[in-house]
Amino acid sequence: MPKDSGIGAATRRREDARFLLGSGRYSDDISLLNQTYAVFARSEVANGIIETVDTSEAERMPGVVTVFTGEDFVDVGGNPAGWLINSRNGEPMKEPKRPVLAHGKVRHVGDAYAAVIAETEQQARDAAEKINADIKELPAVIDMASALSGSNFVHDEIGTNQCYDWGWIEDNREATDNAIKNAHHVTTLELVNNRLVPNAMEPRCSIADYNSANDDYTLYTTSQNPHLTRLLISAFVLGIPENKLTVVSPDVGGGFGSKIYHYGEEALVLAAAKRIKRPVRWTATRSESFMTDAHGRDHVTKIELALDKDNNFLAFRTETMANVGAYLSNFSTVTPTILHGTLMAGNYAVPNVYVNVKTVFTNTAPVDAYRGAGRPEATYSLERVIDKAATELGLNPTNLRRQNFIKSDQFPYVTAAGLNYDVGDYDAVMDRLEHHADLKGFAKRRKKSEAKGKLRGLGINSYIEACGIAPSNLIGTLGARVGLYDAATVRVNATGNISVMVGAHSHGQGHETAFPQIVADLLGVDPNNVEIVHGDTSKIPFGMGTYGSRSLAVCGSAIVRGVEKIISKGKKIAAHMMETTDDKVDFDEGVFSVRGTNKTVSFGDVALKAYIPHDFPIEDIEPGLEETAFYDPQNFTYPAGAYACEVEVDPDTGQVTIESFTAADDFGNIINPMIVEGQVHGGLAQGIGQALLEGCVYDGDGQLISASYMDYTMPRAADLPSFIVDHTVRTPSTDNPLGVKGCGEAGAIGSPPTVVNAVVDALRSADHDVTHIDMPLTPERVWAAMNN
Amino acid sequence: MYNFEFKQPKTISDAVNALESDDAQALGGGQTLIPTMKQRLASPSTLVSLTAISEMKGICKNDDGSISIGGGTTHADVACHSDIFFGLKTLAENIGDAAVRNRGTIGGSLANNDPAACYPAAALSVGATIVTNSREISADDFFQGMFDTALEEGEIIVSVKFPVPSSSSYQKFVQPASRFAMVGVFLSNFGNETRVAVTGASEGGVFRWCEAEAALNEDFSDGSIKDLSIDHKDMINDIHASKEYRAHLVKVMTKRAVANAS
Repeated sequence: MPKDSGIGAATRRREDARFLLGSGRYSDDISLLNQTYAVFARSEVANGIIETVDTSEAERMPGVVTVFTGEDFVDVGGNPAGWLINSRNGEPMKEPKRPVLAHGKVRHVGDAYAAVIAETEQQARDAAEKINADIKELPAVIDMASALSGSNFVHDEIGTNQCYDWGWIEDNREATDNAIKNAHHVTTLELVNNRLVPNAMEPRCSIADYNSANDDYTLYTTSQNPHLTRLLISAFVLGIPENKLTVVSPDVGGGFGSKIYHYGEEALVLAAAKRIKRPVRWTATRSESFMTDAHGRDHVTKIELALDKDNNFLAFRTETMANVGAYLSNFSTVTPTILHGTLMAGNYAVPNVYVNVKTVFTNTAPVDAYRGAGRPEATYSLERVIDKAATELGLNPTNLRRQNFIKSDQFPYVTAAGLNYDVGDYDAVMDRLEHHADLKGFAKRRKKSEAKGKLRGLGINSYIEACGIAPSNLIGTLGARVGLYDAATVRVNATGNISVMVGAHSHGQGHETAFPQIVADLLGVDPNNVEIVHGDTSKIPFGMGTYGSRSLAVCGSAIVRGVEKIISKGKKIAAHMMETTDDKVDFDEGVFSVRGTNKTVSFGDVALKAYIPHDFPIEDIEPGLEETAFYDPQNFTYPAGAYACEVEVDPDTGQVTIESFTAADDFGNIINPMIVEGQVHGGLAQGIGQALLEGCVYDGDGQLISASYMDYTMPRAADLPSFIVDHTVRTPSTDNPLGVKGCGEAGAIGSPPTVVNAVVDALRSADHDVTHIDMPLTPERVWAAMNN
Repeated sequence: MYNFEFKQPKTISDAVNALESDDAQALGGGQTLIPTMKQRLASPSTLVSLTAISEMKGICKNDDGSISIGGGTTHADVACHSDIFFGLKTLAENIGDAAVRNRGTIGGSLANNDPAACYPAAALSVGATIVTNSREISADDFFQGMFDTALEEGEIIVSVKFPVPSSSSYQKFVQPASRFAMVGVFLSNFGNETRVAVTGASEGGVFRWCEAEAALNEDFSDGSIKDLSIDHKDMINDIHASKEYRAHLVKVMTKRAVANAS
């Protein structure tokens, strides 16, 4: 194996050629013989009683094959929540049914209440307009505070808009209250973590194919998690046996979390395909993506930071309202709780943490995990209040953070929020940041900006996150209804090349390049001889898909375990070939050798022998060279970093421009630094988008105002500087065999508070008494902050 | 999108005839109409494309020094033509993105009169003449409010005649999502007269800021704008900017237009 292509090599992404040349194969590229098209009738009001749905006119329209309404799904199950969260008083969360099609009531703009299946998409669309629904509009529940205090309920049957009232850690509450009561100084900040629309480049698409001869189904769908989708459909929604349903998720054009979940459209096309015994397909329009993809964030938080007279942190206490939308999406209940509250100690040796989260139903699209999922919300609250405390106390914000960091010799460190951080070196990362960002030169750069009539600000931030979400036994006690291991099957073919079937799903992460680097490195083969197979439940072992920066730490570790089994079996075969015993066989760089001799056989010869076992001792060795491993880690991994951002603010207009952005991260060991850098760039773009540009807006009637790219601002290349990225501090994770941590979300987690800190700093430099501005920092908001 | 008939006449008179059929709609570069049709918010039974009419394309200098731009000329062609004056060039090269500029036409933009479009500000500021298949309309009479113009049913903008100011400037503060003008100010200085037209800001569409014009006629310097303010009552209020902020931006952009006029 060439040394420049294994673990640590910055090899180019092999999948990019097909993506860049337009030869990827996405769900919508699949065309089946005799296929039909589904189009949904969707609510135009946020809240309404469905009095009648008259489909007779639609059914008579040209090309219409059949029509479905909510009535057709009354007797099947609902789309479930994957995680049970209990309230502080021990009561389980409220779980109203999420039906395939709305029945009785529509609960958000875009809520589907009927679907037309027709010969062409055009005909289906024409017919969907002829569905005569009598929907009596009701006042919408939009604002979270009014939702909690009012008596207008999104789900009448639960008699409240509160899903749960969660405390973390309840036993820490009194101590935290006391620490705040007796503190030398308390800084309080109220902030909004703005709601975001995921905006994957590829809209959701689902195609169902039913084979009546075998009574089995294939669902092609845009999923980050095909096995979970199959499980949910089988066990909860339609009751199709798992062994009669294949879920295929081919190339997927971005997910950012929104494609982790099972959606009603998938169930609808399956049910329709069975009814009409023909394939049924649906592709979301961009408008449907805006209205129905699970949105992200949407927290309103009050955070308090208590300090002693020497500026040591004593306590963090937060109260948060988290918007869950109209229905519980699959991981909507864990995102604002376990993935948020447990990170609320940040990088700090703080003795007391208490987090309270009330999750609220509203007449808006469901909200669920979105790149970072809970950790950006935690980081934003922490890092904003720390900056505010530094301002109030006249301290350097970097030094205040450093003073309170968990020190490198304190690991493993159990935080006051209950996590066990295995390893880290936050001061070393901050050193890298200070070096690259030239913090010493800032005063000079500020003067230069001022000479141009611009205000310049510097924002610093440190973050920690939890990736490789696991272990199953722990998350089980925290309410998870799934396991969070992953799996890989390593199949060495007779001719020596290798297929690796993995439970993770690649939709932009570069698995097809990075995973072979691991296999090639461990087996001493050329990575080009290793192929990754993913996204098809009929081919891959039961894994849990890709999200939460887990693929490398969890699935990558399963690959390592699988390869180890291959080597172990290979030694037995080699021992047989070299007439020795396997305990005397070594394996290195693709060669098996007998210790202390010059006898060797190559990996390729062993593979061939495995499949042509003419003289095998078959009572001792099975033919074949294929191994499956499931890997369930012992702990999360904890990537951490420090970011710096410099902005210029135009005092006349409030326009913010990002002049520089520096990211120093500790991702542990790195398999492919080029992919890591790309992931950080993408995360930073998304985080800067949240900080400056993106805002999902519903009006008081529940109409989605930011429902297209005319009004929803995506970050563009011109909005971003050339990033400086450093990942040379590497404290390997102690909980997986690769020592990796995960890098997919870091940029999106660490950057929003960095940008806001910088803008507040810029405004304060011109003596504006500004301590906070809510995101997105639109020109008007910044201008208003300067002009009260 | 609903079904429609598509016609692509080669002459203005054929286009005029084609537009006489019921529910027919002229199609310029399609940068507004096509997305609207895709959303099923417009459903013309016949689309009459103006893109194959060669007499509606191109840019030429007239004997009186003014410039005529064919109604079917794209923004990209305007942006790179050597006879185009400073403010108009800046305007054309900053509309939308490259794809929009390669498709969108000046005639389409003016006929649509989107309250946030750029071209109406230029036409009104320089006092352009809109030449149609049947008459000439001065810009002061042409724009009649948001999405409303003096055009009759079936009337086509054949060309637009721009007097050339001695200096000009277009200052656009973009709406961040659409990149239309949140406020756009076009300033034209003819030596003895300055005209200031504002787009993006008002519920009434493009308008002239007469107080600023008067002040600049007295003293052409950004200082003369300093003490002016513009009433925010009729300004647009949306999720991107309040009335007050838009009114503020009109002043800032006007000041910048004076400072940058060339």
